[in-house]
Amino acid sequence: MTKTINLTLKVWRQKSPKDKGHFETYHARNISTDMSFLEMLDVINEQLTLDGREPIAFDHDCREGICGMCGAVVNGRPHGPEKETTLCQLHMRHFKDGDVLAIEPWRARAFKVVKDLVMDRTPLDEIMQAGGYISVNAGSAPDANTIPVPAETAELAMDAAQCIGCGACVAACPNASAMLFVGAKVSHLALLPQGRPEAARRAIRMIREMDNLGFGNCSNETECEAECPKGISITNIARLNREFFKASFFASEK
Amino acid sequence: MNWLTKTLGSSIGKKLMMAVTGLSFCGFLAVHLAGNLTIYGGKDAFNSYAEHLHSLGPLITAAEIVLLVFALVHVLTGLTLFYQNLAARPVRYRINRSAGGRTIGSGTMPYTGIFLLIFVVLHLMNFHFVDKTDTTIYNLVSAAFSRPLLVVFYIVAMVVAAIHVSHGLWSAFQTMGASHPKYTPFIKALSTVFAILVGIGFGFLPIYISIIA
Repeated sequence: MTKTINLTLKVWRQKSPKDKGHFETYHARNISTDMSFLEMLDVINEQLTLDGREPIAFDHDCREGICGMCGAVVNGRPHGPEKETTLCQLHMRHFKDGDVLAIEPWRARAFKVVKDLVMDRTPLDEIMQAGGYISVNAGSAPDANTIPVPAETAELAMDAAQCIGCGACVAACPNASAMLFVGAKVSHLALLPQGRPEAARRAIRMIREMDNLGFGNCSNETECEAECPKGISITNIARLNREFFKASFFASEK
Repeated sequence: MNWLTKTLGSSIGKKLMMAVTGLSFCGFLAVHLAGNLTIYGGKDAFNSYAEHLHSLGPLITAAEIVLLVFALVHVLTGLTLFYQNLAARPVRYRINRSAGGRTIGSGTMPYTGIFLLIFVVLHLMNFHFVDKTDTTIYNLVSAAFSRPLLVVFYIVAMVVAAIHVSHGLWSAFQTMGASHPKYTPFIKALSTVFAILVGIGFGFLPIYISIIA
């Protein structure tokens, strides 16, 4: 017999981007502790559908913690209370019988709520687009190790490249700043020789785009680092700052 | 100068201005504290320190102008960042919970900052913009701190200053891109130690003066 728990959910319901939105209370009964958080929402939605009510809209895709599509703020914590865990990988065994959970979408001016818990993360893609291209040979695959990269540097670049673009850093930041995201994206290319030729332009353009999109300013609260499901470090923000200063003060890029 | 205004006007540029001016104020605090400690040498030591300082003449005026400009930059940029950061999240969360990143310093920067601005203005009105022709700075200070209310206000202000610099010092390094596995732990420890020194160093002065006055 699997263990089951009962929960009270206070879920953000919003019909459309223009709707004001409100919280609605649902009772989740006999929830198996082996379920993931999203599976628990699936159960609620099935019941809502059977009752002829509108199911709760939420984003998800891989449900393996690698796509960056899911995410909601659970009792004030993006992706819930577990460290380095996405919402889809958060299991109900981390909750207690009788818990009351407030479930909200990421809240930031830059992320518009589309419906309920679904928000539009296009601004993160727009920052990536502003970063532009890198110069790589598009012909046949190059031989391995033709460009030497120390293993340690490759590891740092990989750590940064782990960012799945879920936006939990923005959600966690008291200022709704996207600096950890941009820091990770700038870092993983800036660390590698392949990313150096366009490094100056990339740093300047991505920061300018980030500012234009209405994200807040980083004030080194370090909440992002604590909430990032991929454990991305704020040293990437410091590297982004260095890259931006280098580009702004010493490169010819305007 | 277009590129320069663009750079300084960006989010990182504004933070750079906060970092540079903030670090300068940390330096100022250290010098100010060192000077104030002459009070423990007695009335004459303190008065002669003040005299020596003022005998520097134009150097002091130049330093005052730099401090004033830095203060304006720090306050105006800080208020801009505060406003922008509030505006970046128009709909607030129903429940706010920290994952452990926030500290009492980092979470209160704008508020401690505004309090310190009020304190600095009052502090200058108490001891700087006063007629000193018939009196000495020591007399002014001991007269002021014979008032218990002022002693309490100054102690509170110094605790607030300690909280402000506990985040400000390491944060300035992080903003300027100085993050290093070897030095960052030292810088973070330095921030805490410096905050304690500011809090206790300045905070104990009004208590000491009120006792001996």
